[in-house]
Amino acid sequence: MTTLTKTEGERAPSGSEAFLSVRDLRVRFSTEDGIVKAVDGLSFDVERGKTLGIVGESGSGKSVTNLTVLGLHNPKTATVEGEIVLDGKELVSATEKEMEKLRGNKVAMIFQDPLTALSPYYTVGRQIAEPFMKHTGASKREAKARAIEMLDKVGIPQPAMRFDDYPHQFSGGMRQRAMIAMALICNPDLLIADEPTTALDVTVQAQILDLLKDLQQEFGSAIVFITHDLGVISKMADDLLVMYSGRAVERGSVREVLRAPQHPYTWGLLSSMPRLGGDTAQALTPIPGSPPSLLNPPSGCPFHPRCGFTSEVGGNRCSTERPELPEGRSAACHLSGEQRSTFFIEQIKPRLG
Amino acid sequence: MSDKLTLPKPQGPVDGARETLLSVEGLTKHFPIYGGFPIKRKVGAVQAVDGVDLSVGVGESVGLVGESGCGKSTTGRLITRLLEPTAGKITYAGQDITHASRRQLAPVRSEIQMIFQDPYSSLNPRQTVGTIIKSPMEVNGIKPAGGVEKRVRELLELVGLNPEHYNRFPHEFSGGQRQRIGVARALALNPKLIVADEPVSALDVSIQAQVVNLLQKVQEEMGIAFLFIAHDLAIVRHFSQRLAVMYLGKVVEVGDRDSIYNRPRHPYTHALLSAVPEVALDDATEDRERIRLSGDVPSPIHPPSGCRFRTRCWKAQDKCATEEPPLVQLSGNPAGHLTACHFPEEPTTEARAEDVVMDPALKALEDAPTMSPAKD
Repeated sequence: MTTLTKTEGERAPSGSEAFLSVRDLRVRFSTEDGIVKAVDGLSFDVERGKTLGIVGESGSGKSVTNLTVLGLHNPKTATVEGEIVLDGKELVSATEKEMEKLRGNKVAMIFQDPLTALSPYYTVGRQIAEPFMKHTGASKREAKARAIEMLDKVGIPQPAMRFDDYPHQFSGGMRQRAMIAMALICNPDLLIADEPTTALDVTVQAQILDLLKDLQQEFGSAIVFITHDLGVISKMADDLLVMYSGRAVERGSVREVLRAPQHPYTWGLLSSMPRLGGDTAQALTPIPGSPPSLLNPPSGCPFHPRCGFTSEVGGNRCSTERPELPEGRSAACHLSGEQRSTFFIEQIKPRLG
Repeated sequence: MSDKLTLPKPQGPVDGARETLLSVEGLTKHFPIYGGFPIKRKVGAVQAVDGVDLSVGVGESVGLVGESGCGKSTTGRLITRLLEPTAGKITYAGQDITHASRRQLAPVRSEIQMIFQDPYSSLNPRQTVGTIIKSPMEVNGIKPAGGVEKRVRELLELVGLNPEHYNRFPHEFSGGQRQRIGVARALALNPKLIVADEPVSALDVSIQAQVVNLLQKVQEEMGIAFLFIAHDLAIVRHFSQRLAVMYLGKVVEVGDRDSIYNRPRHPYTHALLSAVPEVALDDATEDRERIRLSGDVPSPIHPPSGCRFRTRCWKAQDKCATEEPPLVQLSGNPAGHLTACHFPEEPTTEARAEDVVMDPALKALEDAPTMSPAKD
């Protein structure tokens, strides 16, 4: 079992360089009703050993983005444009064979629902050992030993006996642990976790989140963590990307975005969530309306039909001109930086309690 | 629609001594398991709900929280009599409805309504919104003044939908709007009690608050009592004045909002609260206790003896395995705050000197944080 340390030496010095870099990514699906622009001009970077959180509602394009990184879209229906560079290698133009070498090896994914992500036909152990055998050429016996070691690491009791169990014999939390074991068995440099705890109970969720964090420290992987829960993201991520309607609307470190958010959508998300320490006499402030259709997204800023601050911008800039998201800590909004901080401090912060 | 709750409360609930609307004693539901060949016989039972005591006052909102499989939905279904209880007693407005027949239940049914979790499967796709909302009135033979259609339009307006949408089908609406249709249907009969089973958990974050505010408006303006079943502790805290925490078919702690969230005594309530991921808006919120349980909830087919939480509890002793703790008022707790525990925790949620980490994998990783992963 030497694989745990295989890249330890080369990893440390290249600290600040982006390991995964996505530039102006556009993903379109043609459907009977028209073209769905699921991701529309998205850019982000993930550094080694860091966690990037992506939050957004359903249909905001967060899952599509990460399926694209793994090359899991059907090329017949999906058009992918832009640039995805993983460790210096371009992925959008990569062949299926090259992608196959990456998946489960350098890049691994944890899916939302472990029951549907695991095959009911094979034992859990066999499914965990499979990527290890494929990518390292290990024998069946070596792979089994390694899989048992991983099962033990993620906290499955009696891993040697559990190796031969089928997924239906595992509870929900154990299945998600098995998924994590499967994702980490080849010691990936990038781990994509797509709502890994949404299907779990809170006490189990807390265990899994802590486990992922501790394992990340040990393995040094970069994590892209996708969720709709701002609470989960504030526990897990270093950097945060807020997505709305296939675009990033705000970016920054978790601390910056959650404590001094700049985009009206982020304000809306924060003030529509009840908090354990909040004032119960105060009504929640929901975001009016509903998320836009990706078939026919609103003109200009996609959030303008639901935004309460369009009149502050003046004219009809919000409905005609799409705000850009500059590099670094920023928000895609026409409000000036000054206006944003005044509105947040005067109108939004008091509501958060 | 405006979600501001600035309206006066003309017929709001009377505070103080609340009259009991619904009370449940020792409610039990065991689902039999059949097996064997060639003759199938009962080989066991899923003890979904096992002796639950609960009461809901007139116009009161009671929350029921717990993890999946703890029996909270089954309790809701027993109270609405969609399931037949195995044992126990359900009293509604002084009337025993535990085993009431269909005919006896008819007048009660219109007063107890239900809102379901999934707005996609709880509305008939082949009926228009108008038909969906008016059918409870037709079934119960209620003829409101001004006609059924007028009443349906009023209801649509009340829940924040356009009355013009009377003839539309459910698929033309978004998830949040569908849940509003479900609320309108529940309100059609002027109920006194609504059992809301996870009414917002299927909705997007930005939509959840809209529906929670709507339910709160309905509750305050019409004085309807709510049994609010949910797993999201923050939403329950926002909505309910009193709540009960369930674990494996039993109520382990019950009390008013302040007691449960700020002075919990049962270790499970502590664990549940500490597991809620909260957005840290300032440094003060980070100062909460950290408890990580091990594993999942045990199977309700063979629940642990004695206290059911003992297999995951850090304070468990021999007594917990042999003796089931009664749900009683502990010394120092206000009236109405009941806890079922032999060795209760301190009534605070402040961070402890040492975190409680029961999970073996987590413990192994955290005890050796500096250990190099290198092996053989």
